[in-house]
Amino acid sequence: MAAAMQPLTNRSKVVSNKKMTLVERTYLPMIMVGLWITLKHFFRIKRPTIQYPEVERPRSDIYRGQHVLKRDDQGRERCTSCGLCAVSCPAEAITMVSAERKKGEEHLYREEKYAAVYEINMLRCIFCGDCEDACPKEAIFLTDRIVQADYLRMPFIFGKDELVEPIEKDKRVDVTKRQTPAVIKFKQQERFAHNR
Amino acid sequence: MLPTLIFLLVLFVVTLSVAAYSTYGERKVAAFIQDRIGPNRAGPFGILQPLADGAKMFMKEDFIPATANRKLFFLGPAIAMTTALLTGVVIPWGGTLEVFGTTINLQGTDPEIGILYVFAILSIGVYGIMLGGWASNNKFALLGAIRAASQMVSYELAMGMSVVALVMLTGTLSLSGIVEYQIATHWGVVQQPLGFLLFLICAFAEANRAPFDMPECETELVGGYHTEYSSMKLGFFLFAEYTNMFMSSAVIATLYFGGYDIPGIHSLGWDPNIVTILGMIAMFAKTFFFIFFFMWVRWSVPRFRFDQLMNLGWKTLIPLAILNILLTGGWLVFKNGF
Repeated sequence: MAAAMQPLTNRSKVVSNKKMTLVERTYLPMIMVGLWITLKHFFRIKRPTIQYPEVERPRSDIYRGQHVLKRDDQGRERCTSCGLCAVSCPAEAITMVSAERKKGEEHLYREEKYAAVYEINMLRCIFCGDCEDACPKEAIFLTDRIVQADYLRMPFIFGKDELVEPIEKDKRVDVTKRQTPAVIKFKQQERFAHNR
Repeated sequence: MLPTLIFLLVLFVVTLSVAAYSTYGERKVAAFIQDRIGPNRAGPFGILQPLADGAKMFMKEDFIPATANRKLFFLGPAIAMTTALLTGVVIPWGGTLEVFGTTINLQGTDPEIGILYVFAILSIGVYGIMLGGWASNNKFALLGAIRAASQMVSYELAMGMSVVALVMLTGTLSLSGIVEYQIATHWGVVQQPLGFLLFLICAFAEANRAPFDMPECETELVGGYHTEYSSMKLGFFLFAEYTNMFMSSAVIATLYFGGYDIPGIHSLGWDPNIVTILGMIAMFAKTFFFIFFFMWVRWSVPRFRFDQLMNLGWKTLIPLAILNILLTGGWLVFKNGF
């Protein structure tokens, strides 16, 4: 004989299929209740709405937004077009074409190889920051800037003109919030292949 | 003659602008009820939104399906819009104004059968939806149109019967006569509470508004009777719905809330023109309240299933309307004797 099933918790409720009373069947009292609830909401102050272009929601200091390709102290591009960022990218959003530095270009590029074309497809990018982790040259960083909306898809493929920071010292993009001492120390650990 | 023409022109413009701003009002009311802000980009507080919507409607491609019946396809929205605008003519928006010796009656025309006229126009309004759905040559549009037609025909019955009781009480079919009766005694809602409730419910169904918005149903019918419509023809259908809402609100205010009556204003002994203007403001305030009420209900109450809708109409509202007539008749006999 099967024993009566024991309830595991006391939270279960028995569903009743009882007939509605006449008052309930007119629906009018419950409609009044519903109208009263919506009226209360009608006069509530709309606090959660943020008027976006004028007001922005506070973002974290280490927000992962639009990328920047850093220059070094002398204004030379740090990127050596090694391709580790493209390899590490889970969305396959990064492509690049490498080129060799010519004589007389030493003030533009830090090492012998540089990226002649460097493109990030901002529609594919998931802003995970893996490119930043992978970069051995401290060249690419995510910043707290937001990628602007557009009407077409083509403008979302950002080339070097949008990614590389300006050469003027006062227009450089500050990434110290993301490049903390702990991050720099991590990047110098020899046991990671790409740091050697 | 000329004052009447000018009045009708003003009424036309007012009706159109009220309908246009009802769309804005609906979006704002919906937003506020859902704790949102609603349209606020086009002009201050988004008050230019109806203009932007209208411009958008005109810019859209005006598409006519290849299998559609072209003439009827055009006729549908035209009838819907025209009939929606026609009701306003008989509604008394106020008393009479004396300007430079001429008397302006704030009512387009006052036929002795004003209520019958309103019901006749309502019935023709169904044709717009029916023709639109039929001419589209699309099964979903046709189903939407059938729903609209059967719903409006059934609820017209209960609506008419709820008014019969009021007419028995006032002894006139003229809308201004009913308002004058209410000024002399009490508002209709006090004398006919059950009739008012029935009329209100039926007005929701006649205007195809939630919770009776069966003809439009994205889940079952793709869109509704206007599935195949685009551009300003669709705009006309939507516009007609808001115009109908405005007119229904005005009729409710006239029949059951004293129309342009402000209780006790005649005992103050003010200038008749001022009394008339205040009365007109009161009439519009009452109307706008009911427009708000239409929207308020739409965003509070879930919709009926179609069979529930027909059950409610035929098995509940019509018997109640008959009961209301009997009660009113009994009371009249009790009061006046045989």
